Amino acid sequence: MAKQAKIDFDYKFGFSMPENNIYKAKKGLDKQIVEDISDLKKEPIWMKEFRLKAYESYKKRKIPKWGADLSKIDFDDIYYYIKPTEKQVNSWEDLPKEIKDTYDRIGVPEAEKNFLSGVSAQYESEVVYESINKELNKRGVIFCDMDTALRKYPKIVKEYFGTLISPYDNKFASLNSAVWSGGSFVYIPKGVKLPMPLQAYFRINAERFGQFERTLIIAEEGSFVHYIEGCTAPIYTTASLHAAVVEIFVKRGARVRYTTVQNWSHNIYNLVTKRSIVDENGIMEWVDCNIGSGVTMKYPAVILKGRKSHGEVLSIAYATKGQHQDAGAKMYHIGEETTSRIISKSISKEGGRTSYRGLVQVAPGAKKSKVYVSCDALIMDEQSRSDTYPYMRINEKNCEVQHEATVEKLGEEKLFYLMSRGINKAESETMLVNGFIEPVVKEIPLEYSIELNRLIRMEMSGSVG
Amino acid sequence: MLTLKKLSVSISNKTIIKDISLNFEKNKVYVLMGPNGCGKSTLALTLMGHPLYKIKSGTVYFDDKNITKLESDKRAGAGIFLSFQSPLSLSGVSVFSLLRTAIAGKKDPLALREEIEKIAKQLKIKKELLERSFNEGSSGGEKKKLELLQASILNPKFLMFDEIDTGVDVDALKTMAKFMEKNKKGKTYLIITHYNRILKYIRPDEVLVMMEGKIVKKGDYKLAEEIEKNGYQSI
Repeated sequence: MAKQAKIDFDYKFGFSMPENNIYKAKKGLDKQIVEDISDLKKEPIWMKEFRLKAYESYKKRKIPKWGADLSKIDFDDIYYYIKPTEKQVNSWEDLPKEIKDTYDRIGVPEAEKNFLSGVSAQYESEVVYESINKELNKRGVIFCDMDTALRKYPKIVKEYFGTLISPYDNKFASLNSAVWSGGSFVYIPKGVKLPMPLQAYFRINAERFGQFERTLIIAEEGSFVHYIEGCTAPIYTTASLHAAVVEIFVKRGARVRYTTVQNWSHNIYNLVTKRSIVDENGIMEWVDCNIGSGVTMKYPAVILKGRKSHGEVLSIAYATKGQHQDAGAKMYHIGEETTSRIISKSISKEGGRTSYRGLVQVAPGAKKSKVYVSCDALIMDEQSRSDTYPYMRINEKNCEVQHEATVEKLGEEKLFYLMSRGINKAESETMLVNGFIEPVVKEIPLEYSIELNRLIRMEMSGSVG
Repeated sequence: MLTLKKLSVSISNKTIIKDISLNFEKNKVYVLMGPNGCGKSTLALTLMGHPLYKIKSGTVYFDDKNITKLESDKRAGAGIFLSFQSPLSLSGVSVFSLLRTAIAGKKDPLALREEIEKIAKQLKIKKELLERSFNEGSSGGEKKKLELLQASILNPKFLMFDEIDTGVDVDALKTMAKFMEKNKKGKTYLIITHYNRILKYIRPDEVLVMMEGKIVKKGDYKLAEEIEKNGYQSI
């Protein structure tokens, strides 16, 4: 790609900056590349072995036959590792200009000024810009990229890394385990409650480049953290793969909320494994908004191990032409008196397809557990499709399970009502759709919910898709 | 100000309105009566531009402009308003956000909010109804009051009230009818009703009787009294 500062404005939510990378592996994946990645990062031997084990598993595992159609992914046409700059930088000024321009466009510095307690922004496969609030350090909080964590805190990383999502879990978790790069590491010490969310911005900026970030969050007893992951990506001509792994440990009485606003461009396969385990009285909340990507398969999971632990998944899926959002949630009730709530809102338009796929499992002995599942689908037109696959495995008699599901067509009468008040058609549709997702949107921090509503507005006015 | 010329309207190929010609004048109150299914609501929805009601022939003029093919948002913009017979509920949309969007750019949001609150007070609308999802869990009277509130904010010229008096208790009716009477100056009202009780508060200038898609009789307020006493059979 040319090196002059040419900005591609074709993409509505982003732009593609010219690539200027120091190291780029060849396309496709073999054992040598996995070893190279580990060597380049100067990783400890256990991590190299972990990667190689995962690679073997990845080779053996077949692509899942259920869910969305993944047959078009060409695994040999993907770069598995790119290292954009020589070393990480600590201040905004030190960033290379092209990367700075990209961030300027998505407003990282502004967001930081406004109310970020720390920014860890990911550019391609490596975290290149990171500013950690002194306050965080003072309170013993660790918030850095995963590679740094492995170098600086090897003991704690080794204790948790890959223990919740094993390198053999599924094909894409295996792939991530083999070639992971970047992602966030968050450690919240006992009793520390962070008043402001921690945020990371993600971007994939190289054509045919898959991003395999790895996130690990450990919330010690009685702590609280809200972690926000927002994605925007420039558009490409060929399909890209995003296969992330997120592991979260919620200790006794701790609470973690993990919010995602996913807006990948439509050629991206977004195949993410997210799981958390919760001890006694702990709370885990996943707020998951999938607007972009061509294909998403993502089912955030909560293992409710401890007594009285609570899990939540609040999700929004939006699919327009050529998109399939296959998303949902998994709740495993193991401890007594555990409670869970799943609220899913999906919208399909112009031939888009949404699927809610959920699993709720109540293990024998999870007495007095309570389960609430509600999934609502809104279908905007005749070409679009929505399916619900709710799996329930209830192996304990003494529990309460509630499941509600609705499918609604965007009513002509509601549209007419709003238009009769002088509101044009696109705006009326936007209002109805934003109203439909409002129960989930109100759980998202203001700046993100505004962005989300704006995205929906852009989609509705037909400027995209 | 609003004129129908030889208007015929059908829905799903069934003709409902048959060759109606009418003229509504400024500063006048009209009452439209007629048995169920005679086409009163169809007429109102057609004038508002409902996409399912097809104008087969005839023309609609508003302020001397041909609006026969205009979409409903444009009609609203021109000054036509319909108070719905059964207002829908809208989840996640408050009356504040609805009106803010409807008059976007024309009024300062804060001033609008104050105005909405002022009118809500006059109409005895509970404040929480303004914030929560529109009409969700509201009573019949509350829903109709919110229709009036919207009418007041949007400030149209030609207002149609489709059975604003049904599903409403005596006190609510009194509040609403008085509000309508107080604010009628400079406007045209078309009140669709089965009952006389609202006419105690608003005296109509003309009563129109519709049967089987046609206007069969016109008269003053005494015609409404007669119908209530003797039914439509006598006409």
